[in-house]
Amino acid sequence: MTEILERRAAITGIGQSEIGRRLERDPLELTLDSCLAAIEDAGLTRADIDGISTYPGNLTAAPGFSGAGVVEVQDALRLNLNWYTGGPELPGQLGSVVNAFLAVACGLATHVLCFRSVFEASAQQRGVVPQGRATSDFRASGFTAWTLPFGAASAANWIAMFAQRHFHEYGTTREQLAQIALNARKNAGLNPKAIYRDPMTLDDYFAARMITTPFCLYDCDVPVDGGTAIIVSRLDAARDLRRKPLRVEAVGTAIHGRPSWDQFDDLTTMALRDAGPMLWTRTDLRPSDVDLVELYDGFSFIAMVWLEALGFCGKGESGPFVEGGKRIALDGEVPLNTNGGQLSAGRLHGYGFLHEACVQLWHEGGERQVPGNPEVAIAAAGGGPLGSCIMLTRT
Amino acid sequence: MSEKPFRILPKVTPGNEHFWKGGAEGELRFLRCQDCKYYIHPPSPICPECLSKNLAAEAVSGRAQVLTYTINHQPWIPGVPLPYAIAIVEIVEQKGLRLTTNIVDCPIDEIEIGMPVCVRFEQYDDVYLPLFAPEGA
Repeated sequence: MTEILERRAAITGIGQSEIGRRLERDPLELTLDSCLAAIEDAGLTRADIDGISTYPGNLTAAPGFSGAGVVEVQDALRLNLNWYTGGPELPGQLGSVVNAFLAVACGLATHVLCFRSVFEASAQQRGVVPQGRATSDFRASGFTAWTLPFGAASAANWIAMFAQRHFHEYGTTREQLAQIALNARKNAGLNPKAIYRDPMTLDDYFAARMITTPFCLYDCDVPVDGGTAIIVSRLDAARDLRRKPLRVEAVGTAIHGRPSWDQFDDLTTMALRDAGPMLWTRTDLRPSDVDLVELYDGFSFIAMVWLEALGFCGKGESGPFVEGGKRIALDGEVPLNTNGGQLSAGRLHGYGFLHEACVQLWHEGGERQVPGNPEVAIAAAGGGPLGSCIMLTRT
Repeated sequence: MSEKPFRILPKVTPGNEHFWKGGAEGELRFLRCQDCKYYIHPPSPICPECLSKNLAAEAVSGRAQVLTYTINHQPWIPGVPLPYAIAIVEIVEQKGLRLTTNIVDCPIDEIEIGMPVCVRFEQYDDVYLPLFAPEGA
């Protein structure tokens, strides 16, 4: 068997900036706050950082979608880099972390600073459709040429159509979908940094306004401002650092269908269908070995598809699997989104899941710590045609 | 006649104008491989089935079925009346030949997956948007 090269990598530090709604702070400053926190957490200094990897780079396409790119961070911290990459054409947000694993495994870098920052809460006060688009002379191009003319302006609409098809084929219900949101809120109540911490009931869920059927407000994540950073180190350079390194067991990055939100062959699943199973081809561990999962919930339904894609339940069975919420609770068989996910803790866009997986594996979850000294976690991010997953162990 | 609701229009290019302007002649047109007869959407310079470059736009019947849909209630775009139905429809001529569109001339609570629908065009400037209504509506 070919070597599972990502096992030469480890995570050695994590950091987050202040996270909040409408902070109106300089997004580069938020980004740098998270980067410096992660470097310090690893017990490194900026002189030790010789790589950067980020998603999606310095894009201005959507308001607040990117707080900074490689260039701004490198220059602000005056880093001397041996390797760097940043961009949107990756298998989801965590594809940038997978890139860092491979870079350290190949010896292109030793300690890679990975980051993702957003300021969508501040930016979206000024409209979701970027300014200038909602005028008669703007014309949509690229993928959005096929969706914007029909008012399918948001990933909410695109993902809602996958959910509707899942409901149709498998009998999935809104009551079942609600469990993702209720579980997230319950866990967020134990996370001091979460945005929405007040208890939520099924009645609250059903009373929420509809966004795009079958998604109500609570099926959609909450835009925030903030940054998350992760330090990826070569394993043999990680052993004498401040923390016990978290080892990378395996990753999944595949997409075998068409790379599109509306042309993917199976409208009950997404690229995750391919990324999830790929992870299991790269490890001898099985789903029953996993102590907790942090699965992308930009929309509640995506977490259900990840549960299926990763084999925690069969295809189409995520509805019954999450019913009642016991299995996915902190003390359940598959604790899910232990910090409140993006639905309640805030849309840190992928990196929040990996950050929380590390917190849990370092047993620093405080009130929300998964019991039993967890040793194996999966963080997965992305929906639609974007997705990748990472399995970490503390052994 | 009441004014049509605001829509963001697509950028028309030489590669896609058969699709966006076919409605001027009442036709829903897709690029089609002249060698293996595969319909290609969105347009591409090469047939993804047989890799031929011998492609031409051809009209289809305009009949389709609803693969999935969502009723949108959120005002993403200022000036667009709510709610409205977004759908992915599959054209009857070829499995997998599909597009995102709106279901019109149908009460939103009567839209169903699998429902047969038929194209009708709404003109905005040089663009004829293909929208779909229940057969017989």
